[in-house]
Amino acid sequence: MIEKIEMIDIVKQFPLVRAVDHVSFSAYSGEIHSLLGENGAGKTCLMKILYGMMKPDEGQILVNGQPVSFHSPRDSIALGIGMVHQHFMLSPVMTVTENIIAGVEPRKNHIFIDMDKAVKDVQALIDRYHFSIDAKAFVQDLSVGEQQRVEILKALYRGARLLILDEPTAVLTPQEVDALFDIMRNLKASGTGIIIITHKLKETLAIADKISVLRQGKLITHRQDLGESTMDDLAEMMVGRDVELNVSSEGPVEGEVYFEVEHCSLTRNGLPVLKDVSFNIRKGEVLGIAGVEGNGQSELAEVLTGNIKADQLVMKKDGVEISGDSHSLMGQGIGHIPEDRLAMGLIVEKSISENLILGYHGRKRFCSHGVLDRKNINSFADSTIKKYGIKTPDGNQKAASLSGGNQQKIVVARVIEEEPDVLVVCQPTRGVDVGAMEFIHHQILGLRKAGKAVLLISADLDEVMNLSDRIAVMYEGKIVKTFDADKVSARELGLWMTGEGNES
Amino acid sequence: MNRNRLKSLVIPLFSFFLAIVVCGIIMALCGYNPFTAYSIIFSGAFGSVRNITNTLIQASPLIMTGLGYMVSKRAMLINLGIEGQLYTGAIVAALIGMTDLHLPLILHLAVTMLGGAAAGGLVGLFIGFLKVHFGANEVITTTMTNFIIINFTSYLVNYPLKADGAVAQTERMLETALMPKILPSYQLTYSIVIIALVAVAVKFFIDRTKTGFEIQCVGLNQKASAVAGIKVGGVMLSAMFISGAIGGLAGALQVMSVNRRFIAGFSADYGFSGIAVAALGNDNAIGIILSGIVFGALKNGANILNMTSRTPTEFVAVVQALVVIFVSAPLLINEILHLGAFRRKKKEGLA
Repeated sequence: MIEKIEMIDIVKQFPLVRAVDHVSFSAYSGEIHSLLGENGAGKTCLMKILYGMMKPDEGQILVNGQPVSFHSPRDSIALGIGMVHQHFMLSPVMTVTENIIAGVEPRKNHIFIDMDKAVKDVQALIDRYHFSIDAKAFVQDLSVGEQQRVEILKALYRGARLLILDEPTAVLTPQEVDALFDIMRNLKASGTGIIIITHKLKETLAIADKISVLRQGKLITHRQDLGESTMDDLAEMMVGRDVELNVSSEGPVEGEVYFEVEHCSLTRNGLPVLKDVSFNIRKGEVLGIAGVEGNGQSELAEVLTGNIKADQLVMKKDGVEISGDSHSLMGQGIGHIPEDRLAMGLIVEKSISENLILGYHGRKRFCSHGVLDRKNINSFADSTIKKYGIKTPDGNQKAASLSGGNQQKIVVARVIEEEPDVLVVCQPTRGVDVGAMEFIHHQILGLRKAGKAVLLISADLDEVMNLSDRIAVMYEGKIVKTFDADKVSARELGLWMTGEGNES
Repeated sequence: MNRNRLKSLVIPLFSFFLAIVVCGIIMALCGYNPFTAYSIIFSGAFGSVRNITNTLIQASPLIMTGLGYMVSKRAMLINLGIEGQLYTGAIVAALIGMTDLHLPLILHLAVTMLGGAAAGGLVGLFIGFLKVHFGANEVITTTMTNFIIINFTSYLVNYPLKADGAVAQTERMLETALMPKILPSYQLTYSIVIIALVAVAVKFFIDRTKTGFEIQCVGLNQKASAVAGIKVGGVMLSAMFISGAIGGLAGALQVMSVNRRFIAGFSADYGFSGIAVAALGNDNAIGIILSGIVFGALKNGANILNMTSRTPTEFVAVVQALVVIFVSAPLLINEILHLGAFRRKKKEGLA
């Protein structure tokens, strides 16, 4: 039984950076410990070391005072450590129980899976911590929050007494966050220790007993007492300087309607994904789309940017109808910051310079007679790297060598530098550090100020609320409600996002 | 950058070295002296001017097919059809070469080469078309078209185009369509110059042109390329056309330099060896020239080995196969190299 875990003087060196730099850290059972830090600060790396996914170059791990050495997560799981990753690893076509027992199935006669016992055990676990899901439900029928509970159950089923949660709230609605926190408190009451990796300050203050802040691989503070800490204190500790947390837009927009979308419908695999979506955006306006992921927001972005062909769609810019594939829409002034920078935004094996011109590489200033103009490309890259504060020795480095925040800056810079008339921007700050987030928010508001129309799609409700002038809520492929951003609360949005809103 | 470059050199070189060692061990276990065998192969490949020119002749088609395979590979298209494209280029070149077009040497040569390249390119384009418009897996379509092309050309030279005599082959090509020799008493022709130019052109195309950049992007991340507005289908078609054209030119040069006519089944699996050449050459034009020469040397050396000793030449095939295995398992090589470094570190630590 784990009482206490100590990590002493841990060092992890990667070829270019020292991800963890002489960090000592301890966690106790029955305690919620928040590990705060920007992306790339070394939080996840430190926890992967604790979970046995990485080997430290120096330092020691003690469990209940005994030195241990983990060769793989199997070793740490055996000692009662469990980790819930940011990206769920569940099979959607299997039941909750099947997902949970995979790899450690109870057996009948050593050969057959004892499914009855498994279901009974899992349901008992669910009831004990009030997880309120059905052990026999299929994972594909569960909401994101419920799927996360399955991941937590997976760890608990394997006997975890110390849970590591990696950015657990990133994908949840406000209501789901509350439910998760209730579960965390239940677990804590039963003596389970929890380490929560996060960069969200509000949540840290709401739930944590202790806080450790990491910055550039170093441990900055270790606070027992949260009494007098404020969000601004914590933000400053994380970033090492004053940060403007709430970059917000000002006042209602009076400009003329510039970008119009009418009757946008899309069917995929026989299922309607977008149902008659219509909206418009004024010049100098940010329209935010709020919604639980998977309610058609991603598809909306792909349809508007010409990456998927809609069944039906009329798009007008400045009263003129526009259409075409991604190539031609880009030429007509539609900019696109895609939701997943690794899968859709970047070619990480290519250099930073090449990624900065990707898609615009055929423009005259970068290319003449079909031959790329290396000189112009490099000088553009150098000035852009400077302007956007992308941390790299030079533009020849591969995009893969950068942290998430710096990678995202490439994707943002590429589009913003083209000054599109309409920007469709998805999850602009997912998985980026506070500093980069602040910067990217300023860039988006810069376009707004320049009189462009911005469609902002984000699962981060704070972001949508801070940046938008109006907020449209999407639920099951429809826009169910549109609000003025300053006249709505997160709670009310949350209700509409989960289909619980009503006009009363 | 330098570090990466160094690394990209280390893996092929070490793979080759490892293949030589492992094959040597196998030879020794079979009761042959690997040192004698290797020294015969080496001197057979590079021992005299004649041996060197013969090595280059052997290397010529391999470099070309390696380049052709590489261009499509950069767009993540596996063109196993180089063999078929080579046959297509060869038969078309042979036909153009047989026909008296009343052209001077240089022009007839150019027309013959271009004809072969265009024919191979069209085959590649067809494969690309099937892929882009019908989603046909190019591995399957290329493999199947290989059968069709190889057997159809064989039919042509067995019946309608057959020259007099017992062998299934076309008439000899006209002198104006035959690549001239560089040195009077050696077989090596100006093909080797053409090949060098093609390699440089391919390098420039991939590294410096807009289409080359798009080919790389599509190969590395198709989704991101499409989102960025690159026309993925068009890029795939260009890659397949160029890949096929290089394959076709490989066949044309072979008939213009070595065979002087189209002979049924003339290719010693040049198309498929190109895959190994590209792998050892690290999918890089200059690397492919070097690796093509290495494979050519093995092939030529094996001929000498065959003539002068009782060591089976199959060992050369073993080396080739091992090279491909090791090159395609870079993690294995990394592991072995790191193991060495780790041991050294440990020893230093103890001392």
